[in-house]
Amino acid sequence: MNVVVCVKQIPDPAVPGQLDSDHTLKREGKLILDESDSYGVEMALQLVDKAGGGEVTLISMAPNAEVSGLRTALAMGAAKAILVSDDALSGADSLTTAKVLAKCVERAGEVDLVLTATESTDGYTGTIPAQVAELLGWPSLTFAKEVHLEGGTAKIQRQTEAGYDVVQANLPAVVSVTAGVVEPRYPSFKGIMAAKSKPVDQVSTSDLGLDAGALAANQSITSVTAAPAREAGEKLEDDGTAFEKVVEFLDGLKVI
Amino acid sequence: MKIWVYAEAEGDKPTTATLELVTKARELGDVEAVYVGPNVAAVTPDLGAHGVTKVFSIDAGESLAGVIGAAAVASLVEAEAPDLILFAQSYDGRDAIARLSVKLDRTVITNGTQLAVDGDTITVGTAIFGGNTLVDTKFDGAKPCLAAIRPKSFVAEPGGAAEPEVVTVGDVDAGRAAEAKILERHVEEREGPKLEEATIVVSGGRGIGAAENYEPLVEELAKLLKGASGASRAIVDAGWVPYSKQVGQTGKTVKPKLYIALGISGATQHMVGMKGSDNILAINKDGEAPIFSVADLGIVGDVHKVVPKLIEALKARG
Ligand SMILES: Cc1cc2nc3c(=O)[nH]c(=O)nc-3n(C[C@H](O)[C@H](O)[C@H](O)COP(=O)(O)OP(=O)(O)OC[C@H]3O[C@@H](n4cnc5c(N)ncnc54)[C@H](O)[C@@H]3O)c2cc1C
Ligand SMILES: Nc1ncnc2c1ncn2[C@@H]1O[C@H](COP(=O)(O)O)[C@@H](O)[C@H]1O
Repeated sequence: MNVVVCVKQIPDPAVPGQLDSDHTLKREGKLILDESDSYGVEMALQLVDKAGGGEVTLISMAPNAEVSGLRTALAMGAAKAILVSDDALSGADSLTTAKVLAKCVERAGEVDLVLTATESTDGYTGTIPAQVAELLGWPSLTFAKEVHLEGGTAKIQRQTEAGYDVVQANLPAVVSVTAGVVEPRYPSFKGIMAAKSKPVDQVSTSDLGLDAGALAANQSITSVTAAPAREAGEKLEDDGTAFEKVVEFLDGLKVI
Repeated sequence: MKIWVYAEAEGDKPTTATLELVTKARELGDVEAVYVGPNVAAVTPDLGAHGVTKVFSIDAGESLAGVIGAAAVASLVEAEAPDLILFAQSYDGRDAIARLSVKLDRTVITNGTQLAVDGDTITVGTAIFGGNTLVDTKFDGAKPCLAAIRPKSFVAEPGGAAEPEVVTVGDVDAGRAAEAKILERHVEEREGPKLEEATIVVSGGRGIGAAENYEPLVEELAKLLKGASGASRAIVDAGWVPYSKQVGQTGKTVKPKLYIALGISGATQHMVGMKGSDNILAINKDGEAPIFSVADLGIVGDVHKVVPKLIEALKARG
């Protein structure tokens, strides 16, 4: 069972985001593993473990040959990584990113399953999983809150507006997992040490056989403005009678 | 401008998100719909009442709707030449727009909250950084343009009472993607109004302390106010309540007349899903909690003290 996990390396979400002069998200400084992808990494490790063989390969597209986030996922137990870092990809749209990631899957060799998160924390386009699947010509099982592999198939519980559906497809397939699908492990000290020497295959778009010139985003930002701020109203400390104030407020709105 | 809406239904009715898109599209051009699902005859009248003149229909059977939908649209695009195809930012809508973008080799703009057409130029507005910054992005490439719009971005209103023509799309070839089959469908029980459609939403966060407090505090208050109960992601991830209750960036967007936040800190990802409410009431024991910056009435206090008294008082009024 060989599993590829898409892992995005992103600016620390705890630091308020900023846009560069070309309106793309500032990505200078250290990037970290997108927490949403730590679920995919954990899921992959558990599935390979259950299958009793195979390995977990990470794939990532990131600027400046960034590996910090990959090292975190390698420390969790992934075997190796493919990293695409190419200035030609700055400002790439989701389709371009998906084309790069699909080529990485092909480069990874025999692959039974590709795992992604449902959306990235910084970009949240939310389309890359099914785009990668379509590029590979594979089925996609999206929004999984449970994943089981049995007899050459993947079976998931797929989140729906009303509840969930049980959906099954033959492997190889792409599965996008929701946060909470499994509890990600913390890298152990041994894992962190081992991660330092695990192989990271650094490739450019041309190594992947992609023509960087043909990867135009076909969209452009025309304006960036501050959203009108909402005014705060009255704020008061509860002295045991605040509920009366609430009743008054509800009365005023004519909702009781 | 010919605009297509990727129509979804729940039961026999188009979803509200679908009708919102149709209403907006009608303002900008001629609207046709592609509906993937059963019972097209039941779904069509509402689409027509909102301005759809033609419905392309295909039943996905047990396959995933988005997969079949993308293949169906791809098979029609050349002959029908729509300029813009709109999808709701929903599970199936996301599957469909993603697969279609590859089939047509088109960029996508997702998470839209605004849409404008100026001559031939189509621009989508999105909100980033928790809704603090608005970004307009225009399409540069060939038509059709593909955009996914967040529910509640527009208001659905009937208009243009057409009897839409229904065109049945024959079998489409979705390749191996069609191998994904739905084996079982589980519908979670819900009491009271739908979260996205309720006039009042009462949401609970980690501040309610434990899963067993959700029912007596959040659900009870919601029930008394004839509203729906919601949640922050913190308590969804903790497994206290199902994901269908989550409000925020990765959950539902709600715009009720009144939103009540109980023990919710007000992270940007939560606020982006509820900031558009007409009125906001927050109860939080931390006077510095960001939720107070958007609250019309903020009570700095313990939910375990304030809410039971409030419930008592509301019950006493009968
Ligand atoms: C990519 C991404 C997407 C996300 N999407 C969403 C989303 O869709 N929706 C969402 O909600 N979050 C989302 N989040 C998570 C978000 O960042 C916050 O972590 C989450 O909203 C916090 O939930 P909370 O307010 O319940 O918990 P906390 O932030 O832990 O806040 C709990 C609050 O309760 C108060 N409190 C504690 N005890 C009491 C008491 N007895 N009485 C009154 N108040 C009390 C505390 O003062 C505190 O303010 C997302 C995060 C990421 C990274
Ligand atoms: N640059 C990237 N490198 C690796 N994986 C990515 C990248 N961008 C997106 N992904 C994967 O695709 C998922 C959806 O991303 P998005 O469509 O950008 O919201 C992410 O959660 C990741 O699992």
